[in-house]
Amino acid sequence: MIAIIDYGAGNLLSVVNAFKALGCPTRVTHDRAELARSRAIVLPGVGAFGAGMAKLRSLDLIGPLGEEVLEKGKPYLGICLGLQFLVQESLEHGCHQGLGWLPGTVQPILPSDPRFRVPHMGWNDVQVVRPCPLFSGLGEAPVFYFVHSFQVKLAPEAADRVTANCWHGTEIVAAVQWGKIFGVQFHPEKSQWFGLKLLSNFIRLTGEGDAYAQETPDSGFGAARWFGGAECQI
Amino acid sequence: MLSKRIIPCLDVRDGRTTKGIKFINNVDVGDPVEMARFYYEEGADELVFYDITASSDRREIMIEVVRRVAAEIFIPFSVGGGLRTLEDMREVLLAGAEKVSVNTAALLNPGLIADGAEAFGSQCIVLGMDVRRVAVSAATPSGYEMVIHGGRTPMGIDALWWAKEAERLGAGEICLNSIDADGTQEGYELTLTRMISEAVSIPVIASGGAGTPEHLYQVLSAGRADAALIASMVHYGTYTISEIKQYLHSKGIPVRLTW
Repeated sequence: MIAIIDYGAGNLLSVVNAFKALGCPTRVTHDRAELARSRAIVLPGVGAFGAGMAKLRSLDLIGPLGEEVLEKGKPYLGICLGLQFLVQESLEHGCHQGLGWLPGTVQPILPSDPRFRVPHMGWNDVQVVRPCPLFSGLGEAPVFYFVHSFQVKLAPEAADRVTANCWHGTEIVAAVQWGKIFGVQFHPEKSQWFGLKLLSNFIRLTGEGDAYAQETPDSGFGAARWFGGAECQI
Repeated sequence: MLSKRIIPCLDVRDGRTTKGIKFINNVDVGDPVEMARFYYEEGADELVFYDITASSDRREIMIEVVRRVAAEIFIPFSVGGGLRTLEDMREVLLAGAEKVSVNTAALLNPGLIADGAEAFGSQCIVLGMDVRRVAVSAATPSGYEMVIHGGRTPMGIDALWWAKEAERLGAGEICLNSIDADGTQEGYELTLTRMISEAVSIPVIASGGAGTPEHLYQVLSAGRADAALIASMVHYGTYTISEIKQYLHSKGIPVRLTW
């Protein structure tokens, strides 16, 4: 069973539905005994950083999360806010302390050109910059759904933990990984084939669920186009 | 690079879609879930459901539609129509929609936008705007006025002012519908779309008037829109989403090519 942490922020149903479609049992919980029983932990969420961390703290989940993930080495997937929580602090509406597992901060997205709108909302190409099991089989230029106004900025010593970036008038960290800890800024649960494939890669690491049946994404442009990545012409 | 989004809009009354797809085999064209799945597989980037059910005591039917769509469709979708309170919004979001769209209720009570943004985050509050071209006046300096009741009731509120005000209040996106262009299939209202798009920094979805892929090209380039809402041109099988995307791609508009 994979534990999906319920800390009262955002809509968890989309994440539950995606895992369900992949045949993976989940438990939506904030109970530390459930976390201890789980094979992996998913921390989803949209919303405000400060309120989210405050809720995790009031549910007394900060310690148990560290225990399960950092000490026992359970796979962790942070989605959107679940990625941003990994760093030391956020400058979203004040200054808020994060989990601090990753040296860095959360800062507003400041595109160089006003044509790039904030929130960064919609489908963007992601450049995978370092091999990561989460992106296995996704090709060179997977496309994911993003919706956020703040971004993770890692300290130089943590730069090698970035696995994927995207561009929105400024470079945005799209994914990080070290060990079995994964964080993604985009929403795999809303990113159709690429998202489901990514989640199935995560599920595989936990030994739960079935293999994802569909090997390649659909395209209105003929088969196998996507394997060539962005350069391939129709 | 961020893609421009192509968004089919489904009108739903008492749990059934009101416009059907003519050409599909084995699809119950009145079932919003089956239509959603069809557009999902065709490469729609997002879906909009607009609940036009007259009586609010039948809202539960729509909530059930939202639940079923959320279980099968792994792209974002929004739900609008008749949402008046935070509780209405919460119900739709908890059923699995990413976003809620508010229109008349926000005009009558702008605090709804701020309250919704605070409770659920700006990213899920879409402001629906029904706009009509009018003479420039002190009340409507932009030459565009907010209207409700499908255009029958003018509000005396300037559309440009309202767009900026809604952004300030915390709306995360604007769905901009031109009452003049709506239903004509003669093209989006480019002047209006460009004016609003350039005035706000949140994304703008253009709505009303789509009849050909070229119309989408115009509104996504000259009109500066981030996304284009489509209805009849796909519901009646005149075009497929793939065809529209191929056309836009050939014109240099960034679109999502694989799904």
